[in-house]
Amino acid sequence: MIEFLENITPSTTMALVIHAMIPLGLILVYALFAIWMERKVAAHVQDRLGPMRVGWHGWAQTIADMLKLLQKEDIIPTDASRFLFRFAPFLIFVASYAAFAVIPFSSGYIGSSINIGVFYLLAITSLLTLSVIMAAWASNNKWSLLGGMRSAAQMVSYEVPTIMSVLSVIVVAGSLNLMTVTEMQSGNEILGFLPNWLIFQNPFLLVAFVIFFVSILAESHRVPFDLPESESELVAGYQTEYSGMRWGIFMLAEYADMLLLSLLGVVLFFGGWNSPFGTFMDGPVWGFFWFMLKGMLLVFVMMWIRWTLPRYRVDQLMRICWNILIPASFVNFVLIALWEMIF
Amino acid sequence: MKLTDIASQGKPTFFKEHQNKLYQSLEDKHTTIEELDVDDPLNSKMILNMGPQHPATHGVLRLLLELRGESIIKTKLDIGYLHRGVEKIAENKTYQEFMPYTDRMDYLSPYSNNVAMCLAVEKIASVEVPERAKYIRMIGSELARISSHLLWLGTLVMDAGAISFFIWTFREREKIYDIMDNLTGHRFTVSHARIGGVANDITPEAMGMIKEFINTFPEELQNYHKLLDRNRIFFERNENVGVLTTENALNSGAKGPVLRSSGYAVDLRKLKPYSRYDDVEFQVPTRLEGDNLARYYVRMEEMHESIRIIRQCLDKLPKGPVRTDNAKQAYPSKDEVYYSMEGMIHDFLMTDTGICPPEGAEAYHAVESPKGELGYFIQSDGTGHPWRMKISTPSFANLQVLENILDGEMIADTVVIIGGVDPVMGEADK
Repeated sequence: MIEFLENITPSTTMALVIHAMIPLGLILVYALFAIWMERKVAAHVQDRLGPMRVGWHGWAQTIADMLKLLQKEDIIPTDASRFLFRFAPFLIFVASYAAFAVIPFSSGYIGSSINIGVFYLLAITSLLTLSVIMAAWASNNKWSLLGGMRSAAQMVSYEVPTIMSVLSVIVVAGSLNLMTVTEMQSGNEILGFLPNWLIFQNPFLLVAFVIFFVSILAESHRVPFDLPESESELVAGYQTEYSGMRWGIFMLAEYADMLLLSLLGVVLFFGGWNSPFGTFMDGPVWGFFWFMLKGMLLVFVMMWIRWTLPRYRVDQLMRICWNILIPASFVNFVLIALWEMIF
Repeated sequence: MKLTDIASQGKPTFFKEHQNKLYQSLEDKHTTIEELDVDDPLNSKMILNMGPQHPATHGVLRLLLELRGESIIKTKLDIGYLHRGVEKIAENKTYQEFMPYTDRMDYLSPYSNNVAMCLAVEKIASVEVPERAKYIRMIGSELARISSHLLWLGTLVMDAGAISFFIWTFREREKIYDIMDNLTGHRFTVSHARIGGVANDITPEAMGMIKEFINTFPEELQNYHKLLDRNRIFFERNENVGVLTTENALNSGAKGPVLRSSGYAVDLRKLKPYSRYDDVEFQVPTRLEGDNLARYYVRMEEMHESIRIIRQCLDKLPKGPVRTDNAKQAYPSKDEVYYSMEGMIHDFLMTDTGICPPEGAEAYHAVESPKGELGYFIQSDGTGHPWRMKISTPSFANLQVLENILDGEMIADTVVIIGGVDPVMGEADK
């Protein structure tokens, strides 16, 4: 990809900038689509139609909303810490955007094919916690503070099962580079027809995926673990005092985070950009299509859950993490390692 | 230095005296002021103002919470933000004129309020109500009960986090609104009961709609049961949350489903049957646990029983007039008003003076509204206006329970507990 860009642009720097901007364009387009999709999913779960007026089935509703948000007054509370208050939305977006650098979008494009890809991704997403606390603390609002503290506790706790389930995949794959992990899942050899995706390779990886999925629900603040912004009790949690485009950036970062973690799940368990039909519809462009399709399926499941289930309480949330998910993920890790050693 | 001086933390700028008093009462609730809390040297307590503007306080309820982390140490309630002086308005209205105001009290079940008020006036003025009107009132009240409980169910589950449920229950409520539209002429504030009967007979369309509703609704109710009865998250959010013992419930004067879910089976429809509740068969759902889950079960069962009552009422519905044919006690029919001189004079007199109970008469009549015992106490001075009308509302009584059961729970439970107690602020503040 980078060579191609260097050929068509006058300078190397410009090529690099364009190369780095590709995920940004992708996130923006995805966010427009995902917010529309969320509203449509919500509407159909709730037996109504959702946005129908702006464009075909309301596809441009998000654009209209963005325009509205841009025009809104930017309110900063009097007693807020002004620098942190302004900085937090950008940090949260930077954290999720930077993590896209190591995601292999297709066989032809990866931001940076570094050998510690998974490690980098997990490390950089920890910044999300920091920015949420920053937003909460800077707002100088008790609801925000409660939301921020909940989010800190939640994200730090749920990082443990996430990392353990990711590690168990790494044990099987034998590489931290997400491109290598994807490449080793090519082909359709399991039982003669199933693709070589990791989830089919090892029964314990299925368990690992369940743990991973529950943890990413919590990490990206989705129902039933959306406590940091639980609107029925905490108004809007750490976003309470934000308005206009700053709030819009939080929204964008939340959706970007959802996509990021779903894509990570796709790379680790569902073969990344590999076609489910072997060499049929294969190649860099189709690879991108399959990758996004699988990612969006996971995003859809997250939305589906959100509009169906109630929310856990904070102590129950912690109990699930420390009493169930963490021991289960450790045991599962050992079992996977044993399976790999024997077979 | 007093580290726990709440009043200085609050810094009120609005209604200073009231706010200071409230902060002080929170401070004084369980203990006196201590110099330094040994358990809490860092003074990590926080005062949180929940409401009156808050998405989950069912209107304008205000809670003052003293928190340590996520758990509530003490709670104080502040109500009265929706006070409209309904009782005073009543003193300046004829009985019939006041009736539409009752719709606005418990606006989730206006029909029960109309009936409660009319029954009290009929008691004080000794008005006989035709049989058919009694059954129509029962049908209307039970529909109102289902409507109110559906809204309670939707908000309870929504407060627990599942927003879609609210819209599903509203789909069913919409059907009840349509029935009310056909039955009474209004969807929301029905004002259907009249002193001495009801405004009009059930139209054939309304009859058809009610029959269809009672045939389809139990199935829908089963769907709700399927969705919630085995829902692990819903269970964990409600089980052992906001436990109210029978003793506490009686002491704080809880009423209706809140009292029944604490193990005290009292239902005025059984205890002191009014209208024709003694002619229909139904049960009083009661649970012993007293937690939020018990309140959920009790109200769900009540909806089943309401369907049973409506079904029996439709079977037994007698023929005859729907309003008493005594021009001194009730409005004449529109046919009389338009085509006879006497009818017009009576209509004018009813509107101008209204029904006049004997001088010095007093009466209290209570009905079992969806939220509990709704009673009207009327003192008459012989004119067409009540000399004093006191309304005893179940939401006001049930709110007293909150201060009791919120202490020691988590902050996330507040919304669920408020949802379980199901107060309507229009009724509590009057």
